[in-house]
Amino acid sequence: MNTQAALATDKEILGSVRVQGLVVYYGDKRALGPVDMMIPGKQVTALIGPSGCGKSTFLRSLNRMNEMVIGCRVEGDVRLNDEPIYGSGVDAVAVRRRIGMVFQKSNPFPKSIFDNVAYGLRIGGLTDRSELGGRVEQALKHSALWEEVKDRLHESALGLSGGQQQRLCIARALAVAPDVILMDEPASALDPIATAHIEELIHELARDYTVVIVTHNMQQAARVSHNTAFFYMGDLIEFDRTESIFTKPKQPKTEDYITGRFG
Amino acid sequence: MALWASTGLATLLVLAILLVILVDVVRHGTARLTLGFLTQSPTDGMTAGGIFPAIFGTVALVLLMTIAALPAGVATAIYLHEYASPTSRATRVVRIAVNNLAGVPSIVFGLFGLGFFVQFAGGSIDKLFFGGEKVYGQPALIWAALTMAVLTLPVVVVATEEALSAVSRDVRLASAALGATKFQTITRVVLPQAVPGILTGAILSISRGAGEVAPILFTGAAYFLPTLPHTPHDQFMQLGYHVYVLATQSPDVDATRPLLYATVLVLLILTFALNASAIVVRSHMRKRLSGTSS
Repeated sequence: MNTQAALATDKEILGSVRVQGLVVYYGDKRALGPVDMMIPGKQVTALIGPSGCGKSTFLRSLNRMNEMVIGCRVEGDVRLNDEPIYGSGVDAVAVRRRIGMVFQKSNPFPKSIFDNVAYGLRIGGLTDRSELGGRVEQALKHSALWEEVKDRLHESALGLSGGQQQRLCIARALAVAPDVILMDEPASALDPIATAHIEELIHELARDYTVVIVTHNMQQAARVSHNTAFFYMGDLIEFDRTESIFTKPKQPKTEDYITGRFG
Repeated sequence: MALWASTGLATLLVLAILLVILVDVVRHGTARLTLGFLTQSPTDGMTAGGIFPAIFGTVALVLLMTIAALPAGVATAIYLHEYASPTSRATRVVRIAVNNLAGVPSIVFGLFGLGFFVQFAGGSIDKLFFGGEKVYGQPALIWAALTMAVLTLPVVVVATEEALSAVSRDVRLASAALGATKFQTITRVVLPQAVPGILTGAILSISRGAGEVAPILFTGAAYFLPTLPHTPHDQFMQLGYHVYVLATQSPDVDATRPLLYATVLVLLILTFALNASAIVVRSHMRKRLSGTSS
């Protein structure tokens, strides 16, 4: 695949993630790779493929969340802004502050709305009340939740609706000002209206952040993403501009999948 | 139908036993349960006066015990649940040890306390710091409390571990994905959610400690003392032991019987009050957890 070169212009280096020779094992079993991929900065990149194809495993290896899985082993090189993410001198905790993550099931802490968004800032050592307040407000505005919650910041986050909780989780990830946001099927548990909210938000976010989103929903991939990667059986089959993938895929496997012949 | 009837009958039997004990104790105990009884020392060879030293001793014992058992128990549970590899031999050995500790008869703890704390630890302190003079090397409040702490340790460990496993993996992942270290995740997300469960374990162990007599027989409880304990190396009176003393060691059993009933009533009220406070604290914490911000 020689698509990387075409995708990576200078402007896109900032916030870009370069993956080279990435292989992930669960125990002795190879679950993914080797994968080479250049994810451009400040764009939305969708990862599609049938269940078990390795797309979520790939996503989790971008911020080293795979290390939380017992028996998981990662080989290869991943770089953010050309700086390595794996390696002996790199702290996984520092990586995750630069590459945030939103999960399939919204998982707010049983704390107030404010404390949820402020969590990442506080663990990073920020204690100044007015700065905390400002950053929390900014993150909530960024995730289009501010108007709905500004009068109830100190109420429990668990009282929010499902869609609001997911946007709160996005705000929580944004608050620490990461370069990249990873999303693992962020709208799969939401109703159509809440899903539309999230998709609109993802589009907005690409102005300031690199967004990588795993989705089962091909219409969603087509709607929100600039680039799409198709995974099958642990291999990256094709990676290109989204319109190319959906209108003139180069690989027959990709065409079979997007036309619904399997998966 | 038969199952319904037999289980119902069993329930009734349990309730009836509790009721008989309560009615008997309350009926005979309330007559002597006055303010003076709660605030005075025993007098006239324990045939008159109150039980204040025993109440004081019980509270002091339970407090010291909690201070010793809670941090050690919670720390053990956190290590076992959050850090130790679940498959390692060392973890399995510690777990087996904790479970077996819970099955040891309490009188054995008493003997252990006498041998280890009073004679070995206390004796060593005396040799090192007091030139062999008997200060710590004799039964004392501190040794009784530590013995009791060893006894209640498994309760705290098991309750804390259960509370930790009840915290969902989702919020742990959320915390890690925000760049929290494992330590930050445990202290800021996991432990706050586990506090109600930990408190339940703590209060259960306290109410068990308040009623146990065997572990303190040889390690610090006194038959009668003219003064309250002033230092941790003083002996002390305790409610459960006082009941035993009144019931078996009195020269005039008829004269002490009303006192005995009243003492038992106080012990029961104390234990029930502790259990009730556990429930109140827990529901309060639950509300706070699902609730508003600090």
